[in-house]
Amino acid sequence: MNAPARTLELGRVGESVKRVDAIPKVTGEFAYSSDLFAAGMLWGHTVRSPHAHALIEEVDISEAVGMAGVHAVLTHTDVPGAKAYGLEFADQPVLAIERVRYFGEPVAIVAAEHPEQARRAAERIRVAYEPLEPVVDPERATEQEPIHDGRPTAGHGFRDDPRPNVVRSIVIRHGDPDAQGEVTVSGVYELGIQDQAFLGPESGLAVPDGEGGVDVYVATQWLHVDRDQVAPCLGLDPEQVRIHLSGVGGAFGGREDLSMQIHASMLALHTNRPVKMVYNREESFVGHIHRHPAKIWMEHRAKRDGKLVNVRARILLDGGAYASSSAAVTANASAFACGPYAVENALVECACVYTNNPPCGAMRGFGAVQSCFAHEAQMDKLGAELGMDPVELRLRNALAPGDSLPTGQKITGSFPAAEVIRRAAALPIPEPEELPRDALRLPGGSGNTTRGEGVRRGVGFAVGFKNVCYSEGFDDSTAARVRLAASDDGIAAVVHCAAAEVGQGVVNVILQTARTELDLDEVVLGSATTSSVGSAGSASASRMTWMAAGAVQLACRAAKDELERRGGDLEHGETIDVERVYHHRPTTPLDRETGQVTGDGAHVAYICAAMRVVAEVDVELGLTRVVWIGTAQDVGKAVNPQAVYGQIEGGIAQGLGLALMEEIQTQDGLITNASFTDYLIPTTLDMPPVEAQLVEEPEPDAPYGVKGVGEPPTVVSTAAVASALRDATGRQLTRVPVRPDEIVGLP
Amino acid sequence: MRVELTVNGERREADAWAGESLLYVLRERLGLPGSKNACEQGECGSCSVLLDGRLVCACLVLAAQADGHELVTVEGLGEEAGLHPVQEAFAETGAVQCGFCTPGFVVATADLLARNPRPSDDEIREALSGNLCRCTGYAKIFDAVRLAAGS
Repeated sequence: MNAPARTLELGRVGESVKRVDAIPKVTGEFAYSSDLFAAGMLWGHTVRSPHAHALIEEVDISEAVGMAGVHAVLTHTDVPGAKAYGLEFADQPVLAIERVRYFGEPVAIVAAEHPEQARRAAERIRVAYEPLEPVVDPERATEQEPIHDGRPTAGHGFRDDPRPNVVRSIVIRHGDPDAQGEVTVSGVYELGIQDQAFLGPESGLAVPDGEGGVDVYVATQWLHVDRDQVAPCLGLDPEQVRIHLSGVGGAFGGREDLSMQIHASMLALHTNRPVKMVYNREESFVGHIHRHPAKIWMEHRAKRDGKLVNVRARILLDGGAYASSSAAVTANASAFACGPYAVENALVECACVYTNNPPCGAMRGFGAVQSCFAHEAQMDKLGAELGMDPVELRLRNALAPGDSLPTGQKITGSFPAAEVIRRAAALPIPEPEELPRDALRLPGGSGNTTRGEGVRRGVGFAVGFKNVCYSEGFDDSTAARVRLAASDDGIAAVVHCAAAEVGQGVVNVILQTARTELDLDEVVLGSATTSSVGSAGSASASRMTWMAAGAVQLACRAAKDELERRGGDLEHGETIDVERVYHHRPTTPLDRETGQVTGDGAHVAYICAAMRVVAEVDVELGLTRVVWIGTAQDVGKAVNPQAVYGQIEGGIAQGLGLALMEEIQTQDGLITNASFTDYLIPTTLDMPPVEAQLVEEPEPDAPYGVKGVGEPPTVVSTAAVASALRDATGRQLTRVPVRPDEIVGLP
Repeated sequence: MRVELTVNGERREADAWAGESLLYVLRERLGLPGSKNACEQGECGSCSVLLDGRLVCACLVLAAQADGHELVTVEGLGEEAGLHPVQEAFAETGAVQCGFCTPGFVVATADLLARNPRPSDDEIREALSGNLCRCTGYAKIFDAVRLAAGS
């Protein structure tokens, strides 16, 4: 375990500093988006489709409109502006028009005095559906009727793929895709649908400003992109829609897309009263996108000495009914399909398809999780085929600065893949614990299902990587504003940045950076809102630490320069107020035919992690217990080491969940386990001790050499846990989450 | 209907609809949103409160059932002098990320340490297994419990 660090209150970059929001969060005072209240507030509720695919023949609201306490019942005809929105493509109706394409799609909205009145009114809205055959098998989707008219994602510089229901397809051809090796291993791998399962449900409060505009207090990952989607649908100018960050109860990608923002705003503008919406857990499962389920075919060709010659991969992602960020996930799954290994020849074909299954989009790891599970299973298989130690095999192929990815992009920054492999492999694993022992420390735990008979132990290893920041030509810049004023003790600073604090601790990154740059303790963080500062970009893609630190650093340096110009001091009442925008180095799209980089390259930088896992399985019952996890992670520079360890431990838990228990189950497109009773996430009894090592090789382009830390633990832990179960059982275990059925019955 | 209860040492009254849970009344009628609503079926522990000294999920208790009883919520856990030692420990060890589960964990941990001041690691894991956290992977929560137990 990682020793708890004593924290500072007002530390600088590189020090463990207590979260600035820690005290309000432990006392219950911190206001999350579901805690908000305004005088005269109404409650909103959403009517959702019970079908995965159906035509809407009629929506009859007459009965609901007259019910006690009901102030508004709205359908798509009441959407004042653009009828559809989307992160990358506006293919998702604000409220369904003529057709519903997934289970839980919003059809109508209600506002009432009491949430129960709103729920009951929603039940009285009569929607006549004509069910259609749902497209639910992604392998057949490209041969079935298109679920969208036209081609919502065509014409965006993507490879032309004329098959129906293709969101995006990518082909990467690198070297000689027919190159032969001396040894070949192949496999087919599958991953179920994972949910972000953040604890704070989708929620927020919309307050009309009395002049036709609206203030929206909400839990989101990117304030400005919310505004840029909300305003057109309300038929308002961006300045009339002010989005303010409320307390965010976790995100993990699930708050990149809009949920209740437009709906609550419509109800608020219609009733001229504040409207609060809070999803319950069941609704939350249909209220946001999920991690793409995937099927992956892979073939690895290698020399006898273990050197990879050629990797051939075919990846199929189920994007569900709307595009969300599927196009970018497709790019990631493709670009990282071969793992952090130097491969001279590769052929990667990846397609994401529309279906009537739950819509999928961003979740921590963003396409790299799926690929990592497959390429690491393949590396284990290759090691076994060659009789070579799995760590040695990975070291022999480890990608390094100067090497190229299969996209042709050369690694120019820091990339200590070999070092994380060595460091993780060197962590001593715990000795097997003697029997008898407390049932809590056996598979099955307090269920008391075994005394240790039938329990086998395995050790697994995996390596994974992904990109930091947005890619393929996207300029996801970050603005920060610094205001200096005279105070009784000298100079005090207020920093504004719209970076979304989702739990990761970016508030501390901002403050620690400002204190470091200004050499000042007196720094206060302004609230994150679209009305006081420019866009921060998204709290996604492991980018927010890098980008926020970059922007705050620029703004602080500009403020200091100005202070110096004014003689180094400020009179009472005199202020300096500067805003600066930080850009990462430019990137360019992949060639649409070959998947090879053009211009500057598709990615900004890369981050990697290696992990060692000890697990036990009960082969009588198929139950598992992860005993210990050790990891080494490439972090560039740890701005707040305590928070970095926290990201690693938490990220590992989510990957462990996907390996062992987390899956949204569907039947003909309908979700059948939308609750925490039926969708399981790891508890205190599921998580083993984690020993983490930080590998700090500074990124040359980045402020202080930082990289990102949120995603690599999740990318690699699913693969590493599965690897340990394979070692324990000797079985292939090609699908996650691994089911008890796949473990039981060993001789 | 009228509900009268003692919350954090104070007599409180609320007008509630008969179907309202104790959690709803605390959050929406008594101005105490510290107890969180994350699953409404007793799976996540985010709404943990002490009802007559017993740890319960406020989402599973009807407000009417709490009529005449005594409650402690996360807002009432601290002492006059400041934070409860469990709250101090959670802030100190980095056990808080998004913090949505924190009120529930803090109340459950305070309850554990009141019953068992020096819990073993297995006892900590078992006692807190009814509280879900999606951010931390629990490691720093265990650090917090150990720190609070030692203080």
